[in-house]
Amino acid sequence: MTIAEGVSFDLTVIWAFVIAFAVLVYVVLDGFDLGLGMLFATEAEGEDRDVMMNSVAPVWDGNETWLVLGGGGLFAAFPLAYSLILPALYAPIIAMLLALIFRGVAFEYRWRTTRWRPVWDVAFIGGSAVAALAQGITLGGLLQGIDIDKPGRAYAGGWWDWLTPFTVMVGIAVMVGYMLLGATWLVMKTEGPLQERMRRKAWVLGIATVVFIGIVSLWTPFLQDGYYSRWFGGWNIALAAGVGIAVLAMAFGMFRTLTVRHHDYWPFVMALGLFVLGFAGLGFSMFPYIVPVEITIWEAAAPRNSQVFMLVGAAVLIPIILTYTAFSYWVFRGKIIPGEGYH
Amino acid sequence: MFETVDAVLLARIQFAFTVSFHFLFPAFTIGLASFLAVLNGLWLWTGNTKYLDLFRYWVKIFALAFAMGVVSGIVMSYQFGTNWSVFSDKAGPVIGAPMAYEVLSAFFLEAGFLGIMLFGRDRVGPALHMIACLAVAVGTAISAFWILSVNSWMHTPAGFEIDPDTGQFLPTDFWQVIFNPSFPYRLMHTVTAAYLTTAFIVGGVAALHLLRHRHRPDLVSPATRTMFSMAMWMAAVFAPVQIFLGDMHGLNTLEHQPAKVMAMEGHFESHPDGAPLYLFGLPNQDEQRLEYAIGIPKLSSLILKHDLNAPLDGLDTIPREDQPPVAIVFWSFRVMVMLGFAMLGIGLWSLVARVRGRLYEWSMLHRAAVVMAPSGLIAVLAGWITTEVGRQPFTVYGFLRTANSAAPLDAAAVGASLVAFIIVYFAVFGAGTYYILRLMNRAPAISEPRLMDVTNSPTRTAGTTPAQQHMTRKISPVHPGE
Ligand code: HDD
Ligand code: HEM
Ligand code: HEM
Repeated sequence: MTIAEGVSFDLTVIWAFVIAFAVLVYVVLDGFDLGLGMLFATEAEGEDRDVMMNSVAPVWDGNETWLVLGGGGLFAAFPLAYSLILPALYAPIIAMLLALIFRGVAFEYRWRTTRWRPVWDVAFIGGSAVAALAQGITLGGLLQGIDIDKPGRAYAGGWWDWLTPFTVMVGIAVMVGYMLLGATWLVMKTEGPLQERMRRKAWVLGIATVVFIGIVSLWTPFLQDGYYSRWFGGWNIALAAGVGIAVLAMAFGMFRTLTVRHHDYWPFVMALGLFVLGFAGLGFSMFPYIVPVEITIWEAAAPRNSQVFMLVGAAVLIPIILTYTAFSYWVFRGKIIPGEGYH
Repeated sequence: MFETVDAVLLARIQFAFTVSFHFLFPAFTIGLASFLAVLNGLWLWTGNTKYLDLFRYWVKIFALAFAMGVVSGIVMSYQFGTNWSVFSDKAGPVIGAPMAYEVLSAFFLEAGFLGIMLFGRDRVGPALHMIACLAVAVGTAISAFWILSVNSWMHTPAGFEIDPDTGQFLPTDFWQVIFNPSFPYRLMHTVTAAYLTTAFIVGGVAALHLLRHRHRPDLVSPATRTMFSMAMWMAAVFAPVQIFLGDMHGLNTLEHQPAKVMAMEGHFESHPDGAPLYLFGLPNQDEQRLEYAIGIPKLSSLILKHDLNAPLDGLDTIPREDQPPVAIVFWSFRVMVMLGFAMLGIGLWSLVARVRGRLYEWSMLHRAAVVMAPSGLIAVLAGWITTEVGRQPFTVYGFLRTANSAAPLDAAAVGASLVAFIIVYFAVFGAGTYYILRLMNRAPAISEPRLMDVTNSPTRTAGTTPAQQHMTRKISPVHPGE
């Protein structure tokens, strides 16, 4: 390997991490506000719903921008993967986009009408639920593998390939996981009876999430040989066990902080931890494939000068973005108290 | 249902539909974001509450339009992959990078500061709030910069080579990619278009309220007068600038995409000694002629070549399979130009009204301004249709044909999603437009309520929206910023 190849090797890996990072940030940030949208369905119309929505209104747009970075970054850094994955998962992706329209406009529309408010609330709930389900199905579809015509650089499967028991299961898992994030977010942001209800919901959702993490972890290795040998070959089984133990420890911490009430932000932090661990596990399964197990990140990578050009921007701008995103969350920190100070 | 239809055609319709809808919102919000920043600056600088009233009035409308722009934009960033996957694979190495820069440098900036701009005045104090307003305005402009660079590259590709194995476009020089030959013209013309679009909407709303109270001028708030005056200044200054920029843009297009200009002009045949400017005609592409043509001799040569007798080639020099659809380009171009001159007319009229001291009393001017309120949006769409249809049959002009760009999708899949997009867009954006119109139907009040205080529904008396809570958090005291 020459030095130039070594460098481009590194750049491709770096870009894979950047994209993975964008997707992870998206999942945890938009995850809690999509989950909150689904939890809307479990609260009566009125002040509690207003409080819930207000807890994310100033930040949802920023959260969703990570999805644009995930998609746009994939297009830029791995154009071949972008052009294989999107047609293959056409239906769930279109469904997700349409769902995001409904839930995005609901933030503004619901304050502009009284008569139609229940309708936009349904749009918010339904949009959040369908978006979460579709994202899970997309993930499941990617994990189970995509049928491609490699020399033709094109998707070669059918239009319903994405619909299998596995993908539906992952879809539901993602819905449940997002609701857990939403519930713990609300434990952090609210007080009183609403917060109490969210604590109870977080318990149930937490158990369900751990169960789903277990099912996905046990099912994935059997989807494709590559995953099996990755997880159960040699020393990796120790790693797998380690991840499992970490997940359980994190879950334990979450349940404990849900019960023992010192700091309302701990359950949310622990739930985020669960997501990070699960995400790391997925990354471990997939690497170095970007379309398992057909196309590696190197096969899909954009040419080196594109990667370099973009990396300059990413290296400068992503830290700045993280700074002002954090600033914005800090500005809107603290509990949301309904009505008060407004009359 | 769609088995007999060509999947590529459906994909084109779908893209044109979604991008046209999307662009309506930025065309309005790019200008409105700047307008809001100016209003906020004037309020802080002069302390005159009419500016604060105007800010609060328009920020509600902005929040709605911006949300619609965002959700329709997210669709766009995935449309390339879902419907134009071959194009994405081939052009991704070149245009992916500028698009990634758009996300990193513009979308995050807008989204990150939008919350503070809308709900944060009391929380961060006036200086930071002003910075947030500026960040959002600058973000929209940066967004236009990158996306128009990408779009322009598709019209006048530069700075690349083609990989013989994969057929991918590989960048050789990003400077040339970004500053490709048509980009400066397109950027200036489009950003000016956005300012004009906003100016005419603002002016139209102001004129509506001036007209309502034309017999009781004392009921018209100072804020209404100010916004009418500001909008009319914009029209008077930027309409002529826009016509000038459009002319330059056209000359540039003549150099790089002559077939598009031939279609715009309706020149099927070549004119070796001076080409006429056709004002009217019915393009008949099958027979390659313009029927019922009414034209002014030699004027086209004068405009395009600055010489009455300069020869101009026609579509007879372009192979049939490389010609764009003439009728669409011909007509959409005329719509845009007509509206451009109508805008100029309003701008000049307002100057006359000012000189005569009748700016706020001249009802005919106000009526005309109300009629012209949507003119910017229509002109912008017409302009884009001219541009994009004129590029046909290529996606990357001269290098990649539209027919070879589409994803390998079933017509049924594209057709079904197209129907879904049409239904959802009309329902959702129709409702949003209705809410915007309802807000506009109410005149800006003295002590205009804040975004968070009202919902403007006629029956509603109380409401809880984000900022109310922000004012009541328990951690730190509230700054009585407003
Ligand atoms: C308020 C909107 C507006 C107005 C009043 C005008 N335009 Fe325009 N025009 C646009 C908004 C626009 C646009 C939407 O911004 C386009 C589409 C793509 C682009 O670059 O700008 C455009 C494109 C466009 C093109 C196509 C260039 C190409 O595709 O290569 C030409 C030749 C002109 N314009 C020329 C004019 C002239 C001569 C005008 C004067 C009367 C005029 N425009 C008024
Ligand atoms: C600035 C970013 C834009 C990019 C990168 C872009 C790119 C494209 C692409 C890939 C297509 C599909 C292939 C084709 O049919 O040619 C297309 C077609 C089209 N676009 Fe754009 N576009 C942009 C902006 C716009 C805007 C703002 C409008 C209108 C408001 C517009 C109107 C159209 C229309 C009408 C077509 C269909 C043309 C036809 O198929 O005959 N585009 N554009
Ligand atoms: C096909 C091309 C296009 C794509 C893929 C695209 C993509 C997007 C996306 C993803 C967003 C949402 C950003 C967020 O999350 O905050 C957005 C919004 C926006 N886009 Fe586009 N866009 C396209 C065409 C255009 C054009 C031609 C312009 C301007 C000249 C433009 C200007 C904007 C602006 C200013 C916003 C901010 C939201 C708003 O003002 O409504 N876009 N776009």
